[in-house]
Amino acid sequence: MRAFTTLDGLVAPLDRANVDTDAIIPKQFLKSIQRSGFGPNLFDEWRYLDHGEPGMDNSTRKLNPDFVLNQSRYTGAQILLTRDNFGCGSSREHAPWALDDYGFRALIGTSYADIFFNNCFKNGVLPICLPADVVDRLFATCVANAGYRLKIDLAAQQVIEPDGTAHGFDVDGFRKECLLNGWDEIGLTLRHADEIRAFEASRKAEHPYYFR
Amino acid sequence: MQQAQTLYEKLWSSHVVRQDADGTALIYIDRHLVHEVTSPQAFEGLKLAGRKPWRVSSIVATADHNTPTDHWEEGIKDPISRQQVETLDANIREVGSLAYFPFKDERQGIVHVIGPENGATLPGMTVVCGDSHTSTHGAFACLAHGIGTSEVEHVLATQCLMQKKSKTLLIQVDGDLAPGVTAKDVVLAIIGRIGTAGGTGYAMEFGGSAIRGLSMEGRMTICNMAIEAGARAGLIAVDETTIEYLKGRPYAPAGEEFERASAYWRTLTSDAGAAYDKVVQMDAASIRPQVTWGTSPEMVSDINGVVPDPAAEKDPVKREGMTRALAYMGLEAGTPIKRIPVDRVFIGSCTNSRIEDLRAAAAVAKGRQKADSVKQVLVVPGSGLVKRQAESEGLDKVFVAAGFEWREPGCSMCLAMNADRLESGERCASTSNRNFEGRQGAGGRTHLVSPALAAAAAIAGHFADVAELN
Repeated sequence: MRAFTTLDGLVAPLDRANVDTDAIIPKQFLKSIQRSGFGPNLFDEWRYLDHGEPGMDNSTRKLNPDFVLNQSRYTGAQILLTRDNFGCGSSREHAPWALDDYGFRALIGTSYADIFFNNCFKNGVLPICLPADVVDRLFATCVANAGYRLKIDLAAQQVIEPDGTAHGFDVDGFRKECLLNGWDEIGLTLRHADEIRAFEASRKAEHPYYFR
Repeated sequence: MQQAQTLYEKLWSSHVVRQDADGTALIYIDRHLVHEVTSPQAFEGLKLAGRKPWRVSSIVATADHNTPTDHWEEGIKDPISRQQVETLDANIREVGSLAYFPFKDERQGIVHVIGPENGATLPGMTVVCGDSHTSTHGAFACLAHGIGTSEVEHVLATQCLMQKKSKTLLIQVDGDLAPGVTAKDVVLAIIGRIGTAGGTGYAMEFGGSAIRGLSMEGRMTICNMAIEAGARAGLIAVDETTIEYLKGRPYAPAGEEFERASAYWRTLTSDAGAAYDKVVQMDAASIRPQVTWGTSPEMVSDINGVVPDPAAEKDPVKREGMTRALAYMGLEAGTPIKRIPVDRVFIGSCTNSRIEDLRAAAAVAKGRQKADSVKQVLVVPGSGLVKRQAESEGLDKVFVAAGFEWREPGCSMCLAMNADRLESGERCASTSNRNFEGRQGAGGRTHLVSPALAAAAAIAGHFADVAELN
């Protein structure tokens, strides 16, 4: 996995609550058997005026001028400001794949759905929770200032505004280490293969019917 | 004496392989359900890393999301869908499994329907699948939840997941349900009460006399939608209803081993006096048939209600969300739910495609006719076995006589990855689980309801109370 240490990135605001993973990447694009290439279809139904299908030349499709990410000031954004319960619904990991492929490396919001939140960490995308009043202010400041950027320092667990104001955030210690180092979790787990085998053998002895 | 434990705590502690000081644990996985959409990248990752699956006898696989529900003799026409299903075929052929029900197999069906009906879902198991509705299996007192594709690969490679313990939430529903009120109405009412993020971070147990009074099918409907309340895992304690359901299922133990297993399964309940992090009480008798009006499952009303007015909402983000939802749904505040007309009806999905659901819909459809204004009523059984059972009861003939279409099993119009979908602007009464924008087809408008209410809408041409038909 790609490591995440620090980021100094342009910020884009997506000001709606309960953004579900069907909106992040619609189902027709889930037919792909690849892990990459989902970026052009991120938020497809909001982003384009026509209906998207796999295999279309996205560069020729008409963009929805009212969708926030289509404003030129947000081109190249790496940090997405979000609202409550972002990433709810389907467990599709295609959602963080699409966000990552588009260029987003971090999300800042008030809350995320559990499965989506978990999936982000597996892909080097950092979902940050900040208090609602701070997020409100970041939305207002971002909208009022073209080219608004934020710095994120994962080791220090801080989001830093251009004037130096820093906001601390919580992150699970193990997930933080994995992100900072870009560790492969499967490799970490397999270091405990002997313990897994021992557990499995004793479970099988006690409950053989789970193992047929 | 040992401290009183919740069901979740019992399931958790019986699966911890090891735990670090910070609480990060390795949890052993008993059952791994696999479907074609979220597994190809995991199998590929495994292969690229030169790893082998840890225990293939944990795998039960089927193709459900992309499969067509008619003209099976023509195969899968969409080449991209076909490639995904063929990729699953090839992966399972290569690595093996306990059971594989491929496209056209008589036991093929929605992954969350086939697990329980084949006895591959057993009490006390950890069950995972790259699918958020894995919460369904919690109806059997399993610790069951959806995972992403990276975790599918992690389970394939290690038979474990890395996790921290969840908080516990009890939804206690006591009292008797009114006639015509079903499990679907109960769970929609719960989501309306606590919101779509109300269960985030929790394992959500459903208890109380109204839950104990439900069949296994009803309990699966409830746990299925725990994820729509934000909880990855839903849970219901084992009782005699659970044990009876499992008897004679192909992958369940038999004979003396069944008796021994049942003795253990009966301990899979929350102890008296066990402490939860949060408890929500609901009065079963006050729940009416439910209909969603918006683009989130929490946007729900009872059948006698009206579309709410965003102007009455104080929270600006919520108000904006309601305004956007009404615009998308093409609805005006104050419209009675019963005056909303529907264009199509979908009866199916991992929420409501089991035999009891089809019986409920058929009971309403029997001797009646689909309204002329309704373009299509799709009835999609959850599996080949459900289909066969329904046909042996003559339900298919009831549906066809009413002008409904009787289809082959699959996920179908719940998420419209196959050809079954809404056109832009069409309005659907659907027994599925998500009313998100575009879920059933770009621009489509979804109202979530029970099978009985879906059939009633098909007959009336608009939402209607079953008791008021004719």
